[in-house]
Amino acid sequence: MQTTLTDAEARDLRALVAQMIPASTTYKVPGADDDLIFTDILRSLERDTDDVRAALKHLATMSGGSFAGLPADRRAEVAATFKDQGGAPLFALNRVVLLCYYRDDRVMRSLGQEPRSPFPKGHVVEQGDWSLLDPVKKRAPIYRKVP
Amino acid sequence: MNDKVDVLIIGSGASGAAVAWSLADTKMRILCLEQGDWVKPTDYPSNGRDWEARLFSDFAINPNRRARETDYPINDANSQIKVVNFNGVGGSTIMYTAHYPRLHPSDFKVKTLDGVADDWPIDYQTLEPFFAENDRMTGVSGLAGDPAYPAKQPPMPPIPLGKSGQRFGKAMNNLGWHWWPSDTSIATVDYEGRGRCLNLGHCTPGCAQGAKASTDITYWPLALRAGVELRTRARVREITVDNNGMATGVVYYDADGKEQFQAAEMVIVACNGVGTPRLMLNSQSGKFPNGIANSSGLVGKNLMFHPYAFTYGYVDEPLDGNHGPPLCLWSHEFYETDKARDFVRGYIFQFGRGMGSIVEAINSTAAGRLPWGEDHHKVYRGLLNHRIYLAGICEDLPEEHNRVTLDPVLKDSDGIPAPKIDYTLGDNSRKMLEHAHSRAEEILKEAGAHTVFREHVPNSGWHLLGTARMGTDAERSVVNEWGRCHDVKNLFIVDGSIWVTSGGVNPTSTIQALALYIADAIKQRLSNATLFE
Ligand SMILES: Cc1cc2nc3c(=O)[nH]c(=O)nc-3n(C[C@H](O)[C@H](O)[C@H](O)COP(=O)(O)OP(=O)(O)OC[C@H]3O[C@@H](n4cnc5c(N)ncnc54)[C@H](O)[C@@H]3O)c2cc1C
Ligand code: SF4
Repeated sequence: MQTTLTDAEARDLRALVAQMIPASTTYKVPGADDDLIFTDILRSLERDTDDVRAALKHLATMSGGSFAGLPADRRAEVAATFKDQGGAPLFALNRVVLLCYYRDDRVMRSLGQEPRSPFPKGHVVEQGDWSLLDPVKKRAPIYRKVP
Repeated sequence: MNDKVDVLIIGSGASGAAVAWSLADTKMRILCLEQGDWVKPTDYPSNGRDWEARLFSDFAINPNRRARETDYPINDANSQIKVVNFNGVGGSTIMYTAHYPRLHPSDFKVKTLDGVADDWPIDYQTLEPFFAENDRMTGVSGLAGDPAYPAKQPPMPPIPLGKSGQRFGKAMNNLGWHWWPSDTSIATVDYEGRGRCLNLGHCTPGCAQGAKASTDITYWPLALRAGVELRTRARVREITVDNNGMATGVVYYDADGKEQFQAAEMVIVACNGVGTPRLMLNSQSGKFPNGIANSSGLVGKNLMFHPYAFTYGYVDEPLDGNHGPPLCLWSHEFYETDKARDFVRGYIFQFGRGMGSIVEAINSTAAGRLPWGEDHHKVYRGLLNHRIYLAGICEDLPEEHNRVTLDPVLKDSDGIPAPKIDYTLGDNSRKMLEHAHSRAEEILKEAGAHTVFREHVPNSGWHLLGTARMGTDAERSVVNEWGRCHDVKNLFIVDGSIWVTSGGVNPTSTIQALALYIADAIKQRLSNATLFE
């Protein structure tokens, strides 16, 4: 198994992830093709490498050789078709992209989330109004009696 | 050559830990063999920024995906529900979500009450003291007074309702349906040296704080202090027998892959509803050509999961997201048989909070909700932290064609044949799933969800039951009413395999109470020298 992508595969992948999650000025977030995020994606292919390569092969075939080399409007068209036809390998590819994108500090901040590990600070969850239980407390036992 | 031990336990999970601790006061020489490792608190994903990502790699719940050296592969191609587990000290409690209901009294009498399956040879009352002891040892939080159960007293207060819990509570009140804060095996206050829950919200792949009661931090420290030995990286290939059909010990592979023999006066199997039948079927001999203690032919048969009616929706207001333990409430409204329905038996609902940002994105992409391109960001912001969910844990009836066998080709890294699962949903389960999804949709709408979805979750084979069932008739069961194999008088089974029926609740509380009950039965019979009669 080859553990890294070829240059051509990496170029196609970068062009594809830019279609998936483009940068947005409205939300002040980078796209998934941003340098930091894309480096994280390449580093995180791990046990999905085979699937990602299979997906990219399919994409290259659909593109007549190189997806990254297509004109922008044609890239959007091919990406849309690929989204429907990519199957399990594309699902694996998409998963790696999402798990790198949604841990980027800038993206987390834009979502109002603190960019940190859950431990040790944890979070606060409100106790809530326990009097909501009052009507249930009034119910007779609902479990079935056994002989 | 290893010295002979009095008691050899195989598997250190929910049941193995409980039985080891209970037997420790006999001062017998007790050894537990566990194929996996200890997990250090610092190993858990919630210590790092990649906490969600690791759910898809070294902390994946499906062992075929996780594929650690300590895992064994499972051929699940012919099963709509895939087996999930963890192999290490603490077993699957390392990865469980700590929802901790007990079986109901009616679950032990399904044949009498509903004319299906079989009654258990024991009842709720027999287990009651062991439930209480296990609640104390495990550290259970909850609220006394639930009308769905006979009286019980969880030792700690319940986990907070949060925004999502309150929404569900109001919705259930409007519908007039039962709900209650769940019993959970999560410390809500500092408990027996364990820190309280910090609402990390990532309980399933292990709790870095130690608030979630996995048995490596509950039973095991006490059992070890009392003299029990726990040997890790010891994968048992087979249980051996002598000419009289008594177990003599086990053959296992150590950390270096070297074959070892361990002799024992008695053997207790605690490898879970898949690992146990696999080991028994692999234990073939002249005396037991079809696997040890399998004269009934039932080892591996009657596999029960809990078909999982996962249903969720999105509301306008942002809620708790993934903060806090995910499972906070239950409803037993649809638990008991209702003759007006087209199925027998029933299910609980477990109510959950939201998802982490990555799981929400992956899940919503898979469901076709989250688009590529410009709209991605806008749509995503309407999903993250807006989700609420609930799931029906449906009772699965025992059916012999649902089974664990040995795969003719697939093997683990030590060359031991792997289990193969054949499982199809029964008619009763299918109807129950439909009922649960429909009621769940009503609840979600009442709770303000503007859109609702139902989903089949393949990786929901977390409850593994029934594959070496308990009974008084040796032709219709594998173990007797106190866990001893009918065919081998010094061989016991204490894990979920021995369940006669599945009930409609998460099983671990009852699995552990049963393990304590069997340990108690062993101790009583040791004291009057009738254990092997
Ligand atoms: C993701 C997930 C979520 C869950 N959530 C809940 C929940 O919320 N509530 C609930 O009640 N239950 C839940 N469960 C189920 C719960 O974890 C199990 O019911 C419980 O752990 C089963 O206990 P056991 O003793 O039967 O087996 P396990 O705890 O699985 O322990 C079996 C042990 O045996 C070892 N073993 C197996 N074969 C061998 C061998 N040949 N040699 C040596 N060692 C061996 C394994 O490595 C393992 O450590 C969940 C499980 C998972 C995976
Ligand atoms: S929510 Fe509580 S129990 Fe769950 S991982 Fe966090 S601290 Fe542990």
